[in-house]
Amino acid sequence: MSLWKVFDIAGASMSAQSVRLNTTASNLANANTVSGSAEEAYSARHPVFETVMDWESEASAGVRVSDITTSDKEPAKVHQPGHPEADADGYVYMSNVNPVDELVNMISASRGYQNSVEVMNTSKELLLRTLRLGQ
Amino acid sequence: MPINLDNEFALQGRALGVASQRLGLLAQNVANADTPGYKARDVDFKGAMQNAGQNAPSMQVTHDKHIGLPRADTRAEVLYRVPNQPSMDGNTVDAQAETGAVAETAVRYQATLTFLNAKIRGLRLAITGSR
Repeated sequence: MSLWKVFDIAGASMSAQSVRLNTTASNLANANTVSGSAEEAYSARHPVFETVMDWESEASAGVRVSDITTSDKEPAKVHQPGHPEADADGYVYMSNVNPVDELVNMISASRGYQNSVEVMNTSKELLLRTLRLGQ
Repeated sequence: MPINLDNEFALQGRALGVASQRLGLLAQNVANADTPGYKARDVDFKGAMQNAGQNAPSMQVTHDKHIGLPRADTRAEVLYRVPNQPSMDGNTVDAQAETGAVAETAVRYQATLTFLNAKIRGLRLAITGSR
């Protein structure tokens, strides 16, 4: 019965969206992290969502995080000779996190999560009513 | 009048089946609202119920070489949505439309349950003769 599968699908969606929220939290936390070289500078992490097709059972489709990519944007170079992390030329490297992008991601992830909760609640209600059928 | 329980509940049973199948698909759409390249899917509720309206002829299997008619397919055909706002990443899910469709399907499902409950109550009354 498909209604039971709704729990799996909505659960998968909630877990994927929470991974997304997690990366957003990491990115925002490290938005102002400074390091001594371009390689060590923090780069923004973003999850890649992928549809999971289950062809055996009438092609039900869940979702999962297939990969976490790191942004390859160049970190900003700031001249701060007094900084303890500064390199030989007096430069420090900021993380390449764009806080505006991250906030947009956060809102989108939160909406996706809320929608899944709504779907899960609806099917729970329907299943309970079906159980009470004829009583 | 003999009551065939199969026929008595067939239409409502079919409606519940299609509604739960649709809810499953809508859940997939909501789950994949942010997946690049995902194509939203849905069932044609009206078409599925029209097929259910016609009573399929039944044949009796009285010999082991007889082949019975296949049971009527309880699943509706799954179709792809036509997006009204295509997006750059190829995803065709409209989260608001999906949420609305979930609410609509839930109401349909509950309406069917109400009809079924009324039928069951009627049969009970006929069996027991009192409330």
